Amino acid sequence: MHAETDIHFRDAAAKALLDPQLRANFRRAMDGLIAKRRAQFPDPGDLQDLRHLSTAIRSRSLLNLPDLLEQFETNCTKNGIQVHWAETCEQANELILAILRSKGAKTLVKGKSMVSEEMHLNAFLESKGIEALESDLGEYIIQLDGETPSHIIMPAIHKNKDQIARQFSQKIKDAKYTEDVDELTAMARRVLRQKFLDADAGLSGVNFAVAETGTLCLVENEGNGRMSTHVPPLHIAVMGLEKVVATLEDVAPLYAILTRSATGQAVSTYFNLITGPRGEGEMDGPQEVHLVILDNGRSRMYADPQLRATLRCIRCGACMNHCPVYTRVGGHAYEAIYPGPIGKILTPQMEGVGARHDLIHGSSLCGACAEVCPVEIPIPEILVRLRREATHEDAGSNVVGRGTGRTATEDWAWRIWAGVLKRPIVYRLASWFATRFGRALPAGAPLIKNWTQTRSKPVPARRSLAERVRAEGVPHV
Amino acid sequence: MSEPRPASDSRSAILGRLRACGESGPLPSLDTAVLQRRQWPATERVARLRKGMEAVHTEFLDATPDTWPAVVRAFCDREGLKNLLFGPTSAAGRALLASWAPGGTQLMPYDRPVEAFKQELFTGVDAGFTGTVGGVAETGGLLLMPGPAEPRLMSLVPPIHLALLRASTIQDSFWSAVKNLGWGRSLPPNALLISGPSKTADIEQTLAYGVHGPKRLIVVLVDDLN
Repeated sequence: MHAETDIHFRDAAAKALLDPQLRANFRRAMDGLIAKRRAQFPDPGDLQDLRHLSTAIRSRSLLNLPDLLEQFETNCTKNGIQVHWAETCEQANELILAILRSKGAKTLVKGKSMVSEEMHLNAFLESKGIEALESDLGEYIIQLDGETPSHIIMPAIHKNKDQIARQFSQKIKDAKYTEDVDELTAMARRVLRQKFLDADAGLSGVNFAVAETGTLCLVENEGNGRMSTHVPPLHIAVMGLEKVVATLEDVAPLYAILTRSATGQAVSTYFNLITGPRGEGEMDGPQEVHLVILDNGRSRMYADPQLRATLRCIRCGACMNHCPVYTRVGGHAYEAIYPGPIGKILTPQMEGVGARHDLIHGSSLCGACAEVCPVEIPIPEILVRLRREATHEDAGSNVVGRGTGRTATEDWAWRIWAGVLKRPIVYRLASWFATRFGRALPAGAPLIKNWTQTRSKPVPARRSLAERVRAEGVPHV
Repeated sequence: MSEPRPASDSRSAILGRLRACGESGPLPSLDTAVLQRRQWPATERVARLRKGMEAVHTEFLDATPDTWPAVVRAFCDREGLKNLLFGPTSAAGRALLASWAPGGTQLMPYDRPVEAFKQELFTGVDAGFTGTVGGVAETGGLLLMPGPAEPRLMSLVPPIHLALLRASTIQDSFWSAVKNLGWGRSLPPNALLISGPSKTADIEQTLAYGVHGPKRLIVVLVDDLN
């Protein structure tokens, strides 16, 4: 039986729904992102062709994953990138700490990386006396308040500019209060440029890893990714093991569909290809580049033919922007690093389907996510699969926490249901009682209450269909 | 929390688990027709690149193969730039140096390791000048290959980035550029695409330019199509 802690999404979502400011912030942002994405795909035929191609590229990469990872490692090493492997987040954190300590690094400036969020790297490094500063503007804003990202692409989307204005005026030295977005941005620029200049090391994620050339690809608009990877003497990159693709030609369509799906941009401001540390004769660039390849449950998802599709994800966030649930409750309600539809299939597979039972059920299965997904991940189908995994222990399954999502109430409900359906007499009796006395049941009765909290109570007909058909003289009913 | 295993063990454990999933089976075929459709005549490529980049606040200066150094100089004078960082050993850098009249904007060579002048680079440089190895028509964008002759930070740290683009080098798409420039086979330690000045929409989705990198991107567009 699973612990009662697993109802937090329901509670957090209920709370979020009552926050008009939060809802307005998300509604405005998501409407904007939906419209911008749509404008980038004027031709539905082209969109479908690009989706099919992107899906095929990601599927091929996954089919060849172990070979590609080895080829990628060989080429990175040849290029002077030092490759490390981590099975768990703890291991990845320790690896990064060891690299930083070997260089005597005390300050780390970070480009945006969801894998580093997954690792809780900042908190870990702070506990070891190393300053880890986020430099993506959105990440910087939430780090000032000690928050986690509420969206994987737009981490501070839950805040409006008034909230950010107050926060900056309180937390940035010598800052005056202003709600002007350009002035707020300039303030962050002033603080962060000094940090780039002073930092002992830089950290980044990886959007795509190219096996054939041993290249790390970084997509960004702000330039903080380039600052973090080119200014400090040491660059550490972290990536999930699924990020590798065969060739740079394969990257081109993925990049094209990523920026369009994510922010409705035909192209990002920067697409940065890093194939090594400072080369012979170069005047700048890091002296050392390290890469940490993280598993953290990915190889387990890989082993299951259906769940493997989870690993196709290119982290565009389109599923969140189009999700009727996410749009209303925002990212924090999920209490997970990856919120929204992709988070609902990713988080339970990492943390356990029983422990994150709440997420698997926090969906209407409307299918909007699968419809917009640039790599056609069948998120609703995977959700249904994980719902089964949560309550069953099927042979051959390797899903974490399988079978631990059962509750006594649900078990009994199904047992009673089966018992009634198996016995015609009992069934007739039950439907006779339901039709005669169902109306009298109070809306606040246990179980019924869960339904009637937000809906009107269903009123049973005075006679069941079977009774009426029998009354019409149809035999054998 | 268990003691972390040595990294080499992690490597074999991870690869072992992935390999245990069996043979890869038939690979899905890749239909790149949607990418091949992205083709335009040379003059249209120039127009598309310009439209795409202007939409994200990139500015253009028109020039010819002979006039571009003077166009760069006129811009610097007009803007009252104190200095312009350039790569003295690059072809474009040499041409710029050869034509540069004394007085006004100083040409500042990036000829030392960054450690020797990091502070000055961040606070004392008005603009950086680089060449490009091509452009991307479909979306708008410049392709750069920094290296010893043109260090990486020239196009990133100064508040203004001037980039020299020859119209004849504009490719149809990033995909065709990767193929035509041979980037798929080998790459220098750094190569990149730039489509405009640094920007963010992290505050209320309101676009703001010049967040970390250059506040302005000026393309010196050399018409060499004839």
